[in-house]
Amino acid sequence: MNTNKYLLSILVDNEPGVLSRIAGLFSGRGFNIESLSVAATNKPEVSRLTMVTKCEPQIIEQIKKQLNKLINVITVNDLTEKRFIQRQLSLVKVNAQPDKRAEILRIVDIFRCKVIDVGLDHFTIEVSGDMEKLEAFLSLLKPMGIIEIASTGSIALARENGKKENGKQTK
Amino acid sequence: MKLTGAEILIKMIKDQGVDTIFGYPGGAVIDIYHELAKNPDLRHILVRHEQGAIHAADAYARASSTTGVALVTSGPGATNAVTGIASAHSDSIPLVVFTGQVPTALIGNDAFQEVDIVGITRPCTKHNYLVKDIKDLAKTINEAFFIAQSGRPGPVLVDLPKDIQQASIDFKDPGISLNSYKPTYKPNKKQIAKAVKLLTKAKKPIIFAGGGVISSKASEEVTKLAKMTNIPVTASLMGLGCFPGTDDLWLGMPGMHGTYRANMSIGECDLMLAVGVRFDDRVTGKIDQFAPNAKIIQIDIDPTSIHKNVEVLCPIVGDCKESLSMFIKILVEEQKEKPENAAWLKTISDWKSTTPLKYDQGKDIIKPQYVVEKLNEMTKGEAIITTEVGQNQMWAAQFYDFTKPNHFITSGGLGVMGFGLPAAIGAKAACPEKEVIDIAGDGSIQMNIQELMTAIEAKLSVKIVILNNQYLGMVRQWQEFFYDKVYASTGMSHAPDFVKLAQAYGAKGIRCSKPENVEKVLSEGLAHNGTVIMEFIVEKEESVYPMVPAGKAITEMLLV
Ligand SMILES: Cc1ncc(C[n+]2csc(CCOP(=O)(O)OP(=O)(O)O)c2C)c(N)n1
Repeated sequence: MNTNKYLLSILVDNEPGVLSRIAGLFSGRGFNIESLSVAATNKPEVSRLTMVTKCEPQIIEQIKKQLNKLINVITVNDLTEKRFIQRQLSLVKVNAQPDKRAEILRIVDIFRCKVIDVGLDHFTIEVSGDMEKLEAFLSLLKPMGIIEIASTGSIALARENGKKENGKQTK
Repeated sequence: MKLTGAEILIKMIKDQGVDTIFGYPGGAVIDIYHELAKNPDLRHILVRHEQGAIHAADAYARASSTTGVALVTSGPGATNAVTGIASAHSDSIPLVVFTGQVPTALIGNDAFQEVDIVGITRPCTKHNYLVKDIKDLAKTINEAFFIAQSGRPGPVLVDLPKDIQQASIDFKDPGISLNSYKPTYKPNKKQIAKAVKLLTKAKKPIIFAGGGVISSKASEEVTKLAKMTNIPVTASLMGLGCFPGTDDLWLGMPGMHGTYRANMSIGECDLMLAVGVRFDDRVTGKIDQFAPNAKIIQIDIDPTSIHKNVEVLCPIVGDCKESLSMFIKILVEEQKEKPENAAWLKTISDWKSTTPLKYDQGKDIIKPQYVVEKLNEMTKGEAIITTEVGQNQMWAAQFYDFTKPNHFITSGGLGVMGFGLPAAIGAKAACPEKEVIDIAGDGSIQMNIQELMTAIEAKLSVKIVILNNQYLGMVRQWQEFFYDKVYASTGMSHAPDFVKLAQAYGAKGIRCSKPENVEKVLSEGLAHNGTVIMEFIVEKEESVYPMVPAGKAITEMLLV
């Protein structure tokens, strides 16, 4: 089936139970959530929920309408249709035997991330960026032996007056 | 002026224009009941089970085109209400349900009779609230009524902890403050103009109307539009009565037990004007063969109803009544000609005469359809009919000619057995001058039979017609057709004596087992000034026809 990834930025009332309304809507209707990140905005009564979901094009229309129908949802912005800036943060604990240390540090340097914890045989690295950067970074580290990863959901904002150009997102 | 939470609640319910509520007391709502006792002008109807309170409020709302209100206690009171709330949600009925809750300090502690009813009902309410601060109470009540009634209506639950009911505050009406809830009533005029063009060019058009027509009070507009354009009309179970069932343009109900002509018309039409319908699977059958040749125009106030199950060429988001009025106005202004559809109407009338709804009433055993047909005759199609669920519901829909909206009250989307009796009580409370009749099965009636006592106590005389086939008939029918006639657990031969049961509650009971007595028993029951059970012993293995097997196209009907 022809599924795409969609990035939704949803403003909601900052009230108890709102997250559960949204999660319940997704589970009840068989939609799926790839990643989710929620926090208050500059207005304390409003929270921003950034969500990545994977589905067929017809389904995303239903998802957006169903979200809009929730009383506590203020706006639903489909960033996939726009130019946007996106970030995700990962902490990656990787095997770092003496013969691999130099190479790992080179990769860390190229990707402009940081080693935040060093052990006798491991590094923990903090990396942030859009999903492509993170995927590229992880694929280079993989041969060294990744021990653990913790990642945030994506967060994103539309660029100012950003319409999507030629169907490509700019980073 | 300082008022307690309970006082604010009762005052605000009355300010909404509500004069009747349905409920059942308990520890967590005792303060509200204490307040109710001081307000005899707000009628409280004491049910015998909380499910009954919700169904009664649902039917009250439908019969009176207002919002139904129910009040139940915490824990088991609230969970007993859930089936009723889910039914009202499926059928988009405006309800406000107040539940008691344990004091705020105890919430989350697994206190006595504590359940997270807001969590439980999140997916089956339009919205719900837990009031945690007396300062939020008045605003919440306003919002609950506003949300329940506006846009696509639905049930709203408000959970009221006991300490909130007892606390006092200086009362002033705060209005509402909803950030983003703004239903679209006004349709897009360009879309309507486009729809009018499509409609006037069609050769084989039909109108398909649903519950949305009834809730937006657009029956008159549907009827006017159909008459102006000579376009035949079909209506879903929820839409019955929005177009006169006695009119030549009437096609009958479509779907799994739809009429032959309604289903064939959907199969062959080249244009469908769908108004206030949601294309339930019981109507569409196999979805990719539903109206395969039709351009579909869909009017609905809820954008999620559009493109959900079927592809729509011309979507119109807006109130059904406003949209249809605009439709009619454009038709008149532009003096559009009636579509050329004489050949189409002829085809339809041939379908009607070759394959009508039919059954054979012999000499010995009563046919259930005959009882409904007689009832229709004797009440001139003017009674309010509620139903239980199963064959009784389908025969009521097929053989009673509804001529007005708000006269057919059934649990459509959820199909709740046990709906009909409490619903009849709610409808009678709303329309005391009307004859209100529950068409019931012998299985379903036992699911909320306790509400007989409510009817007697509240002096709300309802008439119950039990079509007793000694089976859970609709399930038996499926077993007959698709499960090798293995009637697993669908026999109902162990049943109470319904006549004695009626008498035990203080109602009248009459039994009828001969076809020649049907009219006599009906007229005796209808003439009785009080609640009556009329039990008809009917053909045990009668089936509802036509029937579209689940998953088949609706033109693939099993016929008698
Ligand atoms: C609460 C509930 N439980 C089960 C069902 C499944 N069900 C649908 S129709 C039906 C049979 C109803 O039997 P009866 O009331 O005797 O009516 P009949 O079909 O014989 O007219 C059943 C069990 C239901 N709709 N609702």
